[in-house]
Amino acid sequence: MFDEMSGTGDEIRAPYARVAKWIEDAGVALLQKRSEEAEAIFRRIGITFAVYGEGGDPERLIPFDLIPRVFAAQEWAVLDRGIRQRARALNAFLYDVYHRGEILRAGIVPEKLVYQNAAFVPAMMGVEPPGRVYSHIVGIDIVRTGPTGFQVLEDNCRTPSGVSYMLENREIMMRMFPSLFAGGAVQPVDAYPDHLLKTLREVAPPACNDEPNIVLLTPGSFNSAYYEHSFLADLMGISLVEPRDLFIDNGLVWMRTTHGPQRVDVIYRRIDDDFIDPLAFRPDSLLGVPGLFDVYRAGGVTLCSAPGAGVADDKSIYIYTPDMSRFYLGEKPILDNVPTFRCADSDECAHVLDNIDELVVKEVHGSGGYGMLIGPKATAEECTAYSERIRKNPSEFIAQPTLALSTVPSLGPTGIGARHVDLRPYCLVGRDMRLVPGGLTRVALREGSLVVNSSQGGGVKDTWVLSE
Amino acid sequence: MGVERMTGRILLSRTAESLYWLNRYIDRADSTARLIEMGNRMAMLPGAYSQQEWRSVARASGCLDQFEDPEGITEAAIVRILLLDKDNPSSIRACLENARANAKSARTSLTMAMWDALNDGWRKLELMDVAAVQRDLQGVLDWVKSRTAMIRGSSTSTMLRDDGYLFLGLGGHIERADMTLRLLDVKSYVLLPETEVVGGGRDHHQWTSVLYATSAVRAYNHIYRSDYSPGKIAGFLILNKQFPRSLLFSYSKIVRCLDRLAESHGSRHACNETAEKMQSDLQRLQVGEIFRQGLPEFVAETIGTTQRLGAEISEAYHF
Repeated sequence: MFDEMSGTGDEIRAPYARVAKWIEDAGVALLQKRSEEAEAIFRRIGITFAVYGEGGDPERLIPFDLIPRVFAAQEWAVLDRGIRQRARALNAFLYDVYHRGEILRAGIVPEKLVYQNAAFVPAMMGVEPPGRVYSHIVGIDIVRTGPTGFQVLEDNCRTPSGVSYMLENREIMMRMFPSLFAGGAVQPVDAYPDHLLKTLREVAPPACNDEPNIVLLTPGSFNSAYYEHSFLADLMGISLVEPRDLFIDNGLVWMRTTHGPQRVDVIYRRIDDDFIDPLAFRPDSLLGVPGLFDVYRAGGVTLCSAPGAGVADDKSIYIYTPDMSRFYLGEKPILDNVPTFRCADSDECAHVLDNIDELVVKEVHGSGGYGMLIGPKATAEECTAYSERIRKNPSEFIAQPTLALSTVPSLGPTGIGARHVDLRPYCLVGRDMRLVPGGLTRVALREGSLVVNSSQGGGVKDTWVLSE
Repeated sequence: MGVERMTGRILLSRTAESLYWLNRYIDRADSTARLIEMGNRMAMLPGAYSQQEWRSVARASGCLDQFEDPEGITEAAIVRILLLDKDNPSSIRACLENARANAKSARTSLTMAMWDALNDGWRKLELMDVAAVQRDLQGVLDWVKSRTAMIRGSSTSTMLRDDGYLFLGLGGHIERADMTLRLLDVKSYVLLPETEVVGGGRDHHQWTSVLYATSAVRAYNHIYRSDYSPGKIAGFLILNKQFPRSLLFSYSKIVRCLDRLAESHGSRHACNETAEKMQSDLQRLQVGEIFRQGLPEFVAETIGTTQRLGAEISEAYHF
């Protein structure tokens, strides 16, 4: 087991020297007390995610773990190149599948995985998005297994969330422990909103020939990520709109303002494909702007991300991502995938069924950590029941070996213990590519747990990339 | 649609509406707290004031129909319905929750300090029951007043003076004008000139209760030195230029907000006309004329005008 602070032994690894000294000087009791203060600040500012219909407090906090997660500058340099490479490959793949489909013709990715994919949007065929960008914010979930072992667990090409925590975690740490940051030891992440705005501005549609009006489209204040939507809109100084604020007229998108209708050029939408336009997608959707998709296709407005971008982050496509780097970029992938068995393949399925007690099995279309089986932690009955589900519908499942995920010291009510973590950096893709040094570290707060999703009791940490 | 592109910050109509209602709710919570405070004070006086006053409180807040026994209203019933009932949109709890919901929806137009003030302790009343409030009614009312003062103060000291600020201001002043009118409506029967002739102090408590409900006793005394009469009291609440809850004061502020909105939008609307006419009528009027016309009639007509004004504002600014 690799611990990012103490390696495999008791020696403190160099990047963690500052953090280790800080923990030792402060002591657990003081840190626990400061941890309560941090929670009070989060609560007061309203950094919450909404959980309705479960009773209790409708607006909950994601637990914030005070102990930072640290990368050395050299470690980040590799990640940085790997992340950018992957974001380029994913966008190249999306352009390809909505145009000539070269990678399908070459027999590298099976056609039916794309064309029969629920996230594939046939109406996007032949559409030319500005800059040929489909996924403008690519969230790549990365796990670590050793000093140099980094692997991609999952890609998020639609509307990855959580970046507000990356920014707020840092703000809170700097406010509470300024001495930790003395001398500029940690690279800042606060340029993210500025980078995001530049990215959105770069992809203004052909119909826009002056300063684009950029808006952030939210489902509304009852959405679980509403805080993040308002936070980002605020930091970028753009309007936070709901579908009912928008309408289509004369081939353009307009928003209702006190000055009458104002044209909208770029929409950073935090609404799923299914709900953006009831005329093009789900007719039963009460959300959405009727006619929006037609305006998009005609180049009257830019949607970020593009409809249909989800076909690149589907778990059944995931295993081909390293091939995309080779195929489109002619480059060896810098970041590996986690080895993955596809139950759609009968040999691999047999292997999965034989070894189910050692594997993590996931639904191809699942997300949020729901509906998965963690073999080593499951009972024999659970494994049998899950095997039955796989046999009935093999193509709906993939399986991965349980990885020896790295741990980072975390502060709990009973003291400091090692907990598993992952990392989600946010790569911005416009005409240029931008990536702030850092990301969101999610931590499984229960001892031994591998599930870091906030919906499953995960917490977050400040993530440092050292200056040198 | 040949619309010129705006530079600078553009206000969504929905956001303007949220800001307007946010402040209406805040002011309503504040006014309701002052009303209950007045009722509480009257209930401590000897005689039959108590139930009568709780009834006025219920009427002025527009909630009389929610009380099971309108003739025998108790403090407990007032606390339950006007303070804690989440389903009564005029209760203080509902007002604070609605204000916060509107703030959340317009969050990018609020400053951190304002959100802080709105967010801090928003679930306090949810966690209290009638008995807990009754143990310290004045303490809870003081808390409500200080919350609302904090919210107002934070907007005054931190918000950009842009259109959003003007919509916020409009909501507050319209609500305040409305509350003063409703109080006058309920109390007009004690503010008749006849009681002055007949009275000679008999209705002293009745008259001063109106002043207590608007936190106007000290201000009134500064001007009239404890010389209470229906004419002076009605005049003070309707026509005084300086008292921040008087009708004229509220309307002067409304006119100012609407003027500046007309300026920034480059066009004037029916709402500008309506508010200016009301302001100039009030500037010209003497209290004697109002009494000749009949106070209840004057109040009813003005309530109608204020409602129409609200509708004209939402029409002019597309919400």
